[in-house]
Amino acid sequence: MIALQRRAHPSRLMGYMAPLIALAITLLAGLLLFALLGVPVGEAFYAFFIEPVSSVYGLAELGVKAGPLIIIGVALSIGFRAQVWNIGAEGQLILGAIAGSAVALHFYEVDSWFVLPLMILASIMGGMLWASIPALLKTRFNVNEILTSLMLTYVAALLLSWLVSGPMRDPDGFNFPESRLFHDAALLPRMLAGTRLHIGALVAVGVVLAGWLLLSRTLLGFALRVNGAAPRAGIHAGFSQKRLVWVALLLGGGCAGAAGLFEVAGPIGQLLPNISPGYGFTAIIVAFLGRLHPVGVFFAGLVMALSYLGGESAQITLNLPLAVTGVFQGMLLFFLLATDVLIHYRVVRKGSVVSNPDSSLARRS
Amino acid sequence: MSDVLILTILTIITAATPLVYAAIGELVVERSGVLNLGVEGMMLAGAVCSFATAHYTGSGMAGILAGLVAGMLMALLFAFLTLSLQSSQVATGLALTIFGVGLTALIGQPLVGIAFGGLPSLNIPMLSELPVIGPLLFSHDILVYGSFVLVALVSWFLNRTRAGLVLRSVGDSHDAAHALGLRVIRVRYLATLFGGACAGVGGAYLSLVYTPMWVENMSAGRGWIALALVVFAVWQPGRLLLGAYLFGGISILQLHAQALGINVPSQLMSMLPYVTTILVLVLISRDRGRIRRNAPASIGQAFHPTT
Repeated sequence: MIALQRRAHPSRLMGYMAPLIALAITLLAGLLLFALLGVPVGEAFYAFFIEPVSSVYGLAELGVKAGPLIIIGVALSIGFRAQVWNIGAEGQLILGAIAGSAVALHFYEVDSWFVLPLMILASIMGGMLWASIPALLKTRFNVNEILTSLMLTYVAALLLSWLVSGPMRDPDGFNFPESRLFHDAALLPRMLAGTRLHIGALVAVGVVLAGWLLLSRTLLGFALRVNGAAPRAGIHAGFSQKRLVWVALLLGGGCAGAAGLFEVAGPIGQLLPNISPGYGFTAIIVAFLGRLHPVGVFFAGLVMALSYLGGESAQITLNLPLAVTGVFQGMLLFFLLATDVLIHYRVVRKGSVVSNPDSSLARRS
Repeated sequence: MSDVLILTILTIITAATPLVYAAIGELVVERSGVLNLGVEGMMLAGAVCSFATAHYTGSGMAGILAGLVAGMLMALLFAFLTLSLQSSQVATGLALTIFGVGLTALIGQPLVGIAFGGLPSLNIPMLSELPVIGPLLFSHDILVYGSFVLVALVSWFLNRTRAGLVLRSVGDSHDAAHALGLRVIRVRYLATLFGGACAGVGGAYLSLVYTPMWVENMSAGRGWIALALVVFAVWQPGRLLLGAYLFGGISILQLHAQALGINVPSQLMSMLPYVTTILVLVLISRDRGRIRRNAPASIGQAFHPTT
C-alpha cells in the first residue's frame, strides 16, 4: 500500500506539473467517457479537440470564449489568493450585462462614440454593485460570502428573466423575451473580418497584464497574498482584512460585469434571458487550473474555451449532448485537486512514513 | 379549517422535506469538521439516479435506494479527495457541484419529458380518515415520516451516544481527538458518506414527489439553501427542522400568490427563497459569539495524521 509523506517544502516543480498531469488524465478519462457513450473514440477526439481549432474562424471563436473566462478568472484568482470566495461571478456578469444594456437601450436613437464607453462603465458599476452586497454583508455582519454571492446569482438570473420579458422587452418583438437589437454604436468593434472576435479578447490580455502587475508589483497585491497565505501575519502587518474583502469582491464584480457586457455587445448583440453558458462558474475552474496566477489563468482560459467549442462541435458532428462540456470541466477540476496533493506530499510506500520534524513548522508558515 | 389551508400546508411539507434531508446530512458532516459545499451536486445525482431507477423498475423504493447510493458515491469522491488526498474542502465542494450539474445533465438526457407516478401515500388505517388531522398528519409518503424520524435520530445520536460524542470531538479538535486515539479520518469518511446519502434522498424526493419528473438542474439552489439552513440552525437538529419548514413555506408562496391576489411578476416572487436565505444568514451571522460557540471548531481544516 502507499501512503503520503508531507514534504518539508512545497514542490515548485509539482506546482507547474500538476495542471499538466491533470489535463492528461482528463483527456484519458474523456476518451473513456466517449467509449462509454458508444461513439467512435477517434472521431470524438477529433471533433472535440482538433476540429474546433483547425480553421481561422475556429481560432477566433476560441478567443471569443476565452475572453470572458480570462477576464473573470484573473479577478477571481486574486480574490481566492486572499481567501475571499466569490463564487457569484455569474450573477455579477448578468448584472453587468443588464446595466450595460440599459445604457444601450436608453441611447437607442443616438449614434455617437460615447455610447459604448458609457455602456462599459455602466457594466463595471453594475457588476461591482452586485458584488458589493456580499462584501458589505461579510465585513459588517460576518456573513459567509460563498453563500450570499451564490444566492445572488439566482436572484440575478431571475431579475434578467423578468427584465427581458417586461420592462426591457423589444416593443416590436411579438412578446418574445428579448430586448431590441443593439445599434452599431452600441456594438463592440470586430478585430477580424468574417469572425466574431471582438476587442474583448484584447481587454482580456490587458487584464492579465494588470493582474500580474497588481499581484507582483504593488503593496495591495502583497497584502492580498499575505492575507491568503498567513492571515495572522497580515493582521500584524496592519493590513485591513475588511479592505481586502472589499477589494477582492469589487475586482471580481467589475471584471465579471465587463465580461457580461462584452457578451451582449459582442457575439449576442441584444439582451436575452440566457446570456452566458456558465462563464462565471467555469472561471472558478480557470482560476484554479491557472494556479491563481494571471499568466496561468490566460492559458487555462484557452483550455476551458476549447472545452466549450469541443462540446458544441461534438454535438453537431456526433450528436453528443452539450452537457459533455460540463462533465469535462468538472473532471478536470477533480483531477487537478487530486494531483495537487503532489505539491505538498510525497507518495511513499506504507511503513516508510516518518514524522518530519520540519513538517509542523512548514504547515504553519 | 378550509380545504385550501390544508392543501397549502401539504405543499409546504413537500417543499420542506427535501431541504430537511439535505440539511440534516450536511449538519452531521459539519459537526465532524468537514465542510462539503457539494450538496447541490449530490442532490442532483440523487434526483437523476432515483428517477431513472424508479422509471425503469417501476418501484419507488428502488428509486429512493438508488438516490441514496448515488449521493453516497458523490460524497465518497469528495471524501477521497479532501480526506485522503488533502485537497481544499471549499474547492472540492465547488468541484462536486460543477461536476454534478454536468454529469446529471448528461445522464438525464434520455429522461427529460417523462413523468413518474409519485410515491404512494402511507395512509395510516383509521387515523388518516379523520377530518383535517387525517390528511395533515396521517397520509404522507414514507419519506415525509422518514425525515422526522431521521432528525430525531440524529439529535439523539449527536447528544446521547458515545459515537456522537466521538464525532463531535473530531469536529471540534481533530488534533486532540487524534491524540486520544480516535480515528479522525475514518469518522469523517463515515460522516461525509452519511451526508451524501441524505442529500441523495433529498434529491430523490425532488424527482419522485415534488415535481415527479427529471429536469436539468432541478434542485435550483436547494443544496445551497440547505447549507444556509445548517448555519440558521446553529448546528442544532431541532432548529433545522423549523428552518426547513420556514423555507418550505416561503418557497410555495409564489405558487399561491396569484390566488391570494398578489400581483407581482412570477420571477420576482421566485426570488423570495434566495433573498430570505441571505436575510436569515445576516440575522444569524451578525452574532459572532453565537456562531463561534456553536460552530464546530475545526470545520474546513484538513487533517493529516503525520503532521
